[in-house]
Amino acid sequence: MLKFYTKRCKGCGICAHFCPRGVLEITELNKSAIVPGKENDCISCGQCEMRCPDYAIFVKKEGA
Amino acid sequence: MSRVLLMQGNQAVVEGAIAAGVRFYGGYPITPSTEIAEGMAKRLPQVGGKFMQTEDELAGIGTVLGASLGGMKAMTATSGPGFSLKQEMIGLACSAEIPCVVVNVQRVGPATGQPTSPSQGDVMQARWGTHGDHWLIAVSPSSVPECFDLTRRAVALSEKYRCPVILLMDEIIGHMRERIELPDNYEGLEAPRRKQPDVSPENYLAYAVTDGSKVPAMADFGSGYRWHVSGLIHDETGFPKGTPAATKNSQDRLHAKLRDHEDDIIQVEKYKTEDADVIVIAYGGAARTAYDAVDMARAEGIRAGLLRPVTIWPFADNAVKEAAQTAKCLLVHELNCGQYVREVGRAARGLVPVDLYAKYDNEPATPEQLLEKIRESAEKIKGAK
Amino acid sequence: MKSMEELVNEYFRPNRLPHLWCPGCGNGVVLGALLKAIDAEGLAKDDVAVISGIGCSSRASGYVDFNTGNTLHGRALPISTGLKMARPDLNVITLSGDGDCSAIGGNHLIHAARRNIGLTLVVFNNSIYGMTGGQYSPLTPQGARATTAPYLTIEPSFDILALAEAAGATFTARATTYHVPILVDVLRKGIRHEGFSIIEAVTGCPTNFGRQNKLAAPAMMMEWQKEHGVMKAAWDKMDPAQREGKFPIGVLSERTDLKEYTKAYDEIIERAQSGKEAASA
Repeated sequence: MLKFYTKRCKGCGICAHFCPRGVLEITELNKSAIVPGKENDCISCGQCEMRCPDYAIFVKKEGA
Repeated sequence: MSRVLLMQGNQAVVEGAIAAGVRFYGGYPITPSTEIAEGMAKRLPQVGGKFMQTEDELAGIGTVLGASLGGMKAMTATSGPGFSLKQEMIGLACSAEIPCVVVNVQRVGPATGQPTSPSQGDVMQARWGTHGDHWLIAVSPSSVPECFDLTRRAVALSEKYRCPVILLMDEIIGHMRERIELPDNYEGLEAPRRKQPDVSPENYLAYAVTDGSKVPAMADFGSGYRWHVSGLIHDETGFPKGTPAATKNSQDRLHAKLRDHEDDIIQVEKYKTEDADVIVIAYGGAARTAYDAVDMARAEGIRAGLLRPVTIWPFADNAVKEAAQTAKCLLVHELNCGQYVREVGRAARGLVPVDLYAKYDNEPATPEQLLEKIRESAEKIKGAK
Repeated sequence: MKSMEELVNEYFRPNRLPHLWCPGCGNGVVLGALLKAIDAEGLAKDDVAVISGIGCSSRASGYVDFNTGNTLHGRALPISTGLKMARPDLNVITLSGDGDCSAIGGNHLIHAARRNIGLTLVVFNNSIYGMTGGQYSPLTPQGARATTAPYLTIEPSFDILALAEAAGATFTARATTYHVPILVDVLRKGIRHEGFSIIEAVTGCPTNFGRQNKLAAPAMMMEWQKEHGVMKAAWDKMDPAQREGKFPIGVLSERTDLKEYTKAYDEIIERAQSGKEAASA
């Protein structure tokens, strides 16, 4: 599952661009968020967390 | 036990630094200060200290600030052009309150000027060389023994007040050889160190003032007290804060920590001033001429005296004001076109005439030349007061 | 291995986030990689000093909970050098931008490298002066646009690692904000290296480089890094035509036969104190 620190997010869109499943988008409020309906599509690959320059999104592994 | 030596001023600075506990030197060779670098290169490793000849003047003082952050007493030395190059780093030392001593053996300027000739042309630069409002200390020796003593004092002041201290020499003092008596070893000499925090690391605020001194305690890097150094305007945490209030607070404290302790910082020497009609004001190498000139003037019936600022900055306002109240004339003698005389004039507040004997032809004045100026001043004030 | 969230919680000073860098600026990725490397190397916070110069990337030192300094433009290396001399036991990590390190501080770079002093220099190379709004640096590619090169730059750029290696650096490496695991790896190796190490972190400045050079989307800058960065092993097999416009990443050079400066200086002290070459005052 994904954990967002919304206050840190600057809406750069890097996470959405590199998400292999198209789970993320930048909302009208200029924040990263899960595309409605794609809540269960995340495969916890960690691309968004690794590339986020703002430490605004983290991947929590299932069971962790 | 002590030993009597014939020593150059620059060498006495080296010994003073070693005695004061300086254990790091970074610098770049430049005439007429080079003997200090050479002396430190030889002496520091003998006492377990470290010397670096850096790639340029900026790195010289840069390494000094870095070593000081690491807890070492550190010093650099330079002359004219090199002093210009060091100015930005002196400002960082003022702002971030990093103790360091910068020796400037003045030579004739501007630019390359006359590298081996004496001048006191940097006296205002010593005060105002770096940009922005700032406060620091400058001291100026007039003899070889005083080079030793004042170097120790410069180190002690920089540690105590956490500010750069300029040891403002001139080519006369730097290269002159004189008799000096030094202790056989320096272990018995006082060599005070910067105040250490008396709180735990969790409660340490790098720039918080915990006593009346207005000087914050300074932890060494790597001592378990992790803090942030910045040349940006910062608050007591050390982190940048640029609000109007934070900016004013910062400037006020940096100023007050020195202003409030002027009695401790400012040192002047008075020679036959009590009954003097003409008080000569001179510092550093130029003051040496004045002792003889004052005696010669007295021998011919002119009541002359000498006020010698040992601490050049902050300015000895009170001593000059007092001289203006007791004498009929002040005569400033300096080896430049007239710099310090403006400060003297300000402090004298129009009470008495302030004359100037400016000497700026690569050579110090002779006592006879200064005597002639004392006569002229004495003549002008005949019948005054 | 701690998670990135744990690393941020552990190593960032309280209340320093969000940081001041622009949306999509790669500096946060480089700083995150540095924290991963420091943690993976098991360094205690008290034993790490992070000294930076001036510029966007140099603000990084203020965010992290070590012995830190945000000093003067171009002067991070001299201050780091003095600190290392006073405290050889500290892991001194110097952060510098491309302008800070290769222009105003260029002289210090070659001499720190020449001395082989045990500093780990991380160069945040975003190819531009970001803090002042997009002027060209010595690492701006020739032909790029900058506010001070409105008709495109005519100056060739440095290969800063080749420069450092020629000056005597005993460890040189490069990675990008796209190649995060490689960046962490070379940072770890650089920290472990005993002499002078330089790690060039290629990072994007969408605001001041990207907008002027048709790379305004932050993700596109990372895609550019992905396409142009080539692992050293593959790079070595490429011919000049294949290398055109690309750059190698990974550890590019390493040697261990030269003595680290503070260790060499200890021998000076020994020699001076042995009395053989010590003279009286």
